[in-house]
Amino acid sequence: MEASVATPPPTGGRSPRMGPPKSGKDAVEGSAAWRLSDRIGLAICWALGLLFCAIAIAIVIYLMVQGLQYLKLSMLFTPATAGFSQSQSGGFSDALLGTLIVAVMGISIALPAGVGIAVWLVEYGRPAGLARITESTIEAIAGIPSIVLALFGTVIFSSTALGFLSRTSEGVVFGRSFFAASAMLSVVALPLVVASTREGLNAIPRHVREASYAVGKTKIATTRRILLPAARPQVATGAMLGLGRIIGDTAIIVVLLGATQNFAPVENSAFPFNYLRGAGTTLTNFVYEASPTGNLNQPQKAYAAAFVLLLLVLGLNAAVDVVHRRARKAGTWSS
Amino acid sequence: MEEEYLPEYGPKWSDQRAERLLGALVCAVVGLLLAMIITVFARAWPSFAHNGLAWFGAGGSVEEQLNQIYLSGLSGADYVYTFHGWQLIWSTFLITGGAVVIALFCSLFVSVFIVEFAPEWMRNILQPVVRFLASVPSVIYGLLGVLVIVPFIGNHLVTESQKASVAGVISLSGYSLLAAVLILTVMIAPLMVSIFSDGLRSVRPGWLEGSLALGVNRWRTTWKIAVRTARPAIVAGTVLAVARAIGEAVMLAMVSGSVAFAPNPADGLIFIYEPSRPLAPTIVKNIDSLGSPPANATLFAIAAVLLLSAAFFSLAGWVARRSMRKYGATA
Repeated sequence: MEASVATPPPTGGRSPRMGPPKSGKDAVEGSAAWRLSDRIGLAICWALGLLFCAIAIAIVIYLMVQGLQYLKLSMLFTPATAGFSQSQSGGFSDALLGTLIVAVMGISIALPAGVGIAVWLVEYGRPAGLARITESTIEAIAGIPSIVLALFGTVIFSSTALGFLSRTSEGVVFGRSFFAASAMLSVVALPLVVASTREGLNAIPRHVREASYAVGKTKIATTRRILLPAARPQVATGAMLGLGRIIGDTAIIVVLLGATQNFAPVENSAFPFNYLRGAGTTLTNFVYEASPTGNLNQPQKAYAAAFVLLLLVLGLNAAVDVVHRRARKAGTWSS
Repeated sequence: MEEEYLPEYGPKWSDQRAERLLGALVCAVVGLLLAMIITVFARAWPSFAHNGLAWFGAGGSVEEQLNQIYLSGLSGADYVYTFHGWQLIWSTFLITGGAVVIALFCSLFVSVFIVEFAPEWMRNILQPVVRFLASVPSVIYGLLGVLVIVPFIGNHLVTESQKASVAGVISLSGYSLLAAVLILTVMIAPLMVSIFSDGLRSVRPGWLEGSLALGVNRWRTTWKIAVRTARPAIVAGTVLAVARAIGEAVMLAMVSGSVAFAPNPADGLIFIYEPSRPLAPTIVKNIDSLGSPPANATLFAIAAVLLLSAAFFSLAGWVARRSMRKYGATA
């Protein structure tokens, strides 16, 4: 759908696709005259399309029913506590806060880095060899399983040089903290930000840049003042896709956040840093631990937390839609 | 800011400096990837060196071997590295393969439907649905699998006689290949649909109109012209989906049964009800043993295999997608 940004609208009343033209439905060839095998194929299309919708609706409805049944408002504000039954063991406020912390920290690394890389690739891109290497690096990073990133993170953040980012006792660096998890999660979000920003920059026609150079602006000034503002919808889309990936990732959290049930602040640091250096939990980790295969086995809590998580994801999806619609309303470049 | 008008003297945002800064950032990211590859392989080396190609072979129970490796690291004297990962590799192969084959079939039809045949209202529903399915976190899929799909398979699909027939070997409780494949299919199909439909959209309208003008119906035109032209996109989507499926850890750790066991298709249809454990969930499940040096090496060896195969598949997908450009497409 993004690819259509730069293409001029079709001339005349008919769409260039075979799909139904905007005016007059009867212009489309019906399937009645087709061979039986073709009609069966079309039926499979419909069946699978409806199946996709049914799966999505089933997931939302089922989680909504289960979530609303078990979710109490108090759960959002009370931390998890040890208890014998599901009614005694508190809520998941720490997990919710942890998700927000990780999301903010992760995207605040991934967004500037991703935009920078995209700008370099589109506007500079010299030497060409480095550009090609960078492109394939980004593709490779997009394909790396997050569990591998997590293991790599344990190596980096357990090194003594980075001991100030996590709990340290007697020279041994624990290497599990919000800093460690956010840094690795930002790597997960990076390719999405880069891809989306690149798409936005590429859609800006050449003459816009030339007009800016003609009045004496440098390349970087043009980028900052004209190109990035023009590509803002795509940058925002990339950031939100990245956020969605960060919020939904579990493997990195399980490995690099220490998999505790509550915040575990470090003693010898000032306020925000004692929490950020300590271990913690997020919603995804909470759902994982509270599921029957996890250590807690509290399915009701898991449903409640999963419902909150789903709401966050749905909210991000809706935001992406709004940005898209606004960008389309604002119009495209005429070339 | 006046420095924009005086690029030669601009202290802060001069062009050269900005280019160098961004170039350094790019080099840092490339360096990060290289550092990661080198680190993972360096850490994995003891495990590969001790086992050689037998690492990928069959022999003994992986569960027991991992335990031995872990315990030998605690005692500290002589480390045990013996590891034969075939059960894990076979399980990865079965689950990934099954999910990708099913998802390929479904996604092809759905993307053709979205691009060519769906009425406007259906398209407006399907596109957000596909985007939504792609963005649901894997742990939610895992939770639904554990609490809905797995009990359903265990209570309704597996018969008592089937459970009895393998009672001595493995217990069929619903944690199975079938559950893993079904959920993985739902997870990777949206990715394929979005890449396939990008490819189908970028087929030149003139080619389709030519076929239509010859009297070929819309269905045949789509499959003979559009789908064939979009073949690189289909290869790319499939390959990227394989990379995603290989790396999926948390959802599979929840539903695949987490028993190192190699289901044998030769046993008949019962093998789809048997539990197993792919490579990636093995890391998640054994993450607490990272402190033991030989276990650490073994887990990094598993990670190295995952890294290599996933990077290979995603680069292959990128190359395949680039070849679309020769049709003038941008996908």
